[in-house]
Amino acid sequence: MDLSLFLQYLFAGITYGVIYAIVAIGFNIIYNTTGIINFAQGEFLMLGGMISISLLQFMPLPLAIAAAVLITMAVGALIEMVFIRWIDNPSVLRMVIITIGISILIREAALHIWGESVRTLPYFIGSSVTAVTLFGTKISPQVLIVIGTCAIIVLFLSAFFRFTSLGREMRACAANRRAATLCGINVKNMVTLSFILSAGIGALAGAVMSPITYSQYDNGTGLAIKGFTVAILGGLGNSLAAVAAGLLLGIIEAFSISILPLAFQDAVAIAILLFILFVRPHGLFGSREAARLKEF
Amino acid sequence: MNQARRYLPLAGVLAVVIGAQILASATGKAFYLTQLTMAAYYCLLIIGLCVLMGYAGQISIGHAGFFAIGGYLSSALTSHDFSAHAGTLFMRTLDRAGLLLHHQSLYGESLLSFQPWLAFAIAVAVAILIAFLLGIPVLKLKGHYLAMATLGFGIIIYRIVLAAEFFGEADGISEVPPFILLPGLSVSGDFAARVQNYYIAWGLLLAGMLLLLNLINSRTGRALRAIHGSEEAAEAIGVNTARAKLYTFVLSAAFAAVAGSFLAHFNGGIGPSEASVMKSVRYVAIVAVGGMANLWGAMAMGILLNFMSLRGMFGSYDDAVFGAILILIMLFAPQGILSLFPGKVFGTRTRAGK
Amino acid sequence: MLELHTVHKYFGGLHAVDGISFSVPQGAIKAVIGPNGAGKTTLFNLIAGVLGPTTGRITFKGRQIQGLKPHRIAALGMSRTFQNIKLCHGMTALENVMLGRHIRSRAGFLAGMLNLPFTWQEEKAIRRRAMELLELLEIAEFADSEATSLAFGQQRAVEMARALATEPELLLLDEPAAGLNIYETAEVARLITRIRDMGITVLLVEHDMSLVMDISDEIVVLSFGAKIAEDRPEAIQKNQEVIRIYLGEAEETA
Repeated sequence: MDLSLFLQYLFAGITYGVIYAIVAIGFNIIYNTTGIINFAQGEFLMLGGMISISLLQFMPLPLAIAAAVLITMAVGALIEMVFIRWIDNPSVLRMVIITIGISILIREAALHIWGESVRTLPYFIGSSVTAVTLFGTKISPQVLIVIGTCAIIVLFLSAFFRFTSLGREMRACAANRRAATLCGINVKNMVTLSFILSAGIGALAGAVMSPITYSQYDNGTGLAIKGFTVAILGGLGNSLAAVAAGLLLGIIEAFSISILPLAFQDAVAIAILLFILFVRPHGLFGSREAARLKEF
Repeated sequence: MNQARRYLPLAGVLAVVIGAQILASATGKAFYLTQLTMAAYYCLLIIGLCVLMGYAGQISIGHAGFFAIGGYLSSALTSHDFSAHAGTLFMRTLDRAGLLLHHQSLYGESLLSFQPWLAFAIAVAVAILIAFLLGIPVLKLKGHYLAMATLGFGIIIYRIVLAAEFFGEADGISEVPPFILLPGLSVSGDFAARVQNYYIAWGLLLAGMLLLLNLINSRTGRALRAIHGSEEAAEAIGVNTARAKLYTFVLSAAFAAVAGSFLAHFNGGIGPSEASVMKSVRYVAIVAVGGMANLWGAMAMGILLNFMSLRGMFGSYDDAVFGAILILIMLFAPQGILSLFPGKVFGTRTRAGK
Repeated sequence: MLELHTVHKYFGGLHAVDGISFSVPQGAIKAVIGPNGAGKTTLFNLIAGVLGPTTGRITFKGRQIQGLKPHRIAALGMSRTFQNIKLCHGMTALENVMLGRHIRSRAGFLAGMLNLPFTWQEEKAIRRRAMELLELLEIAEFADSEATSLAFGQQRAVEMARALATEPELLLLDEPAAGLNIYETAEVARLITRIRDMGITVLLVEHDMSLVMDISDEIVVLSFGAKIAEDRPEAIQKNQEVIRIYLGEAEETA
């Protein structure tokens, strides 16, 4: 494999890797405030892409994306308020099943609105053949936009959780719900907020990735499984580790194409997921003891 | 007596099954029997999953994978031509044992494929083996992890059947030959054999019910319910919870594979949609509607909802209906739809009798 | 019967059990006491196999058991109850006790599925024995009630019956008087001595001093994970160190 091809694979891997990391962070945000895994996380990305594409007919691209993100955030809030909020003390099994049901409803709704066709946003800069040269290899600027956007999301979230009082309150819920309630924090609102945040970052990632990966009504499940793999790899609840794990999975996947048929690419991620679950369910980077002390 | 109470409902269902057939045939609505046959096979998978979810308390979102393993292996082994491998020791040994089938294609070429019984045995054995290997590590996991791991397994199977030429890729496998159980008794979609196949499917389902009813009323069943009630307590009084869960997982996988194999022969083929995640979710939804730890509820709902789906009553909202059912049941009636009705029509739980 | 040799357990930086050694002689009632957070329940979980010790040895009937799974330890003849009663919901009191016969019966997965005739006899025997135990603990009238719907004291009795059904040689009782009033506590004390008289060795962890002082042959006192005293009840009552710890705690909670 020559250097140029190597770099091509590497950049492809990083692109997918950061997207997986965003899905994983979406899982983590909700997991940290509620202790549940939202199986509909992948659908937020699909919605972000699909809604942007539809809105593009009526408004310029940045506006379309912004509106899509807002709409998806509203969907996230709606899901929490309609399905999650009023269940007291739900069992994990019940929540898993409910969020799976939600993901199916969103997907079916998407199928009826947009059909089965594969859609895509136009490239933000230039066209599919526009390229910039980086380290001697040609890269689409869209790749850099995806990587940049995801980096900004991660930085924004870190700052949000560290420096704003709202972010600190959410972390307090993550650390100890009971104590947070006693301190006067409205835990239920924090949960709603976590769904809004997860939906928002998911939708944004879904929109910027659309020109490269395309959007289709059933994109969500695959993304959810990959994102979950990454969340587990990094240790559930640990979002900075999720970024590292996302890059790792993306790169492994990208290079696996050179050995395995494309159709088995998904199988690689899932095989890694199963393997990790068996040997280190607390994650590659986490320790067993630390797995209990959730922190963003 | 305890035992009579357990078997009486089975006899009742058998009477209904016979009645339905006579009624359908007499009124010229025999085409209903086809869907009832298919529903019975799906239901076989569902009652196995019911014991896993309701009694052992383990969720699986990958049971369509086991169904597909059963269906696809049976189909591929009985319908592909293996004459290219005829010279290998393995095939020669099978041939000598009379387990291979020599026949001719339309163009007079000689073809070699597996006897359906052998293919069936291989398919179920493979499903059991995979369930075993998957179950040992997976069942150590809880809640989300287990759900994701089984979902991941299901997707891998789906990808494999979709990508492998051996399994017909997106087209699946068609022209699967009949499965001759005994001389004069075969699983096939032949119109003339419709009544016969109706009874084969329902016989199989009721036999499966019998085995599972026995199981949940046995010492093992008590241990399984204890795991669901309090895993720590079950361990403390000496129940090997890991093993009990593993065996139940393997058992439910075997039920799924048997169902897949029979249905593939009945339909004369199988396609990748049978392996899809939506199918797995649908089975979970049906078990949930039935009330999780309620075999009779799972069976009743399995027949009803599959029949309605197969009749096309949900139209293009087929998958959405099951998604909605899943959410509504979990939100409003986590004990199953029957719990909404006062009185005990089916009994919310089969107890070890007096 | 049971021996602990310098057992340590760390949780991250927390030293929950700090080099504890003691032994439980056959036929005795031995109690482990200590203020909240002294590591009593952790110690119990180490013995029962729920947790593995970081270092140290635990032997039961001369056999090392540290690191064995709880169900293996149960099969060796050690049974337990829980501080926060763990009965299986959705099952009757009788079924809960029948569950205790699990390791003393053998009908397997396939035998159960095929409903083989030998399992009928076995089920009958299990039911009979479970009923006897309910009668022994004077709760036979609740046999067919949902176990988790019973009164607290009755639930404790069901849990004890379930533990006894395994025919243990050593019975571990985790705070058997927790949440009981003084009458119920006296009742539990009577039950425990009765169990000892059946030839079963008893190790109990308890917060309630009155129960412990009345029935124990020997007492181990823990504080912050370490053993600070081990003696007969009369001597423990006079031990200055023990008094200081308990009085100190009383002042803090007052």
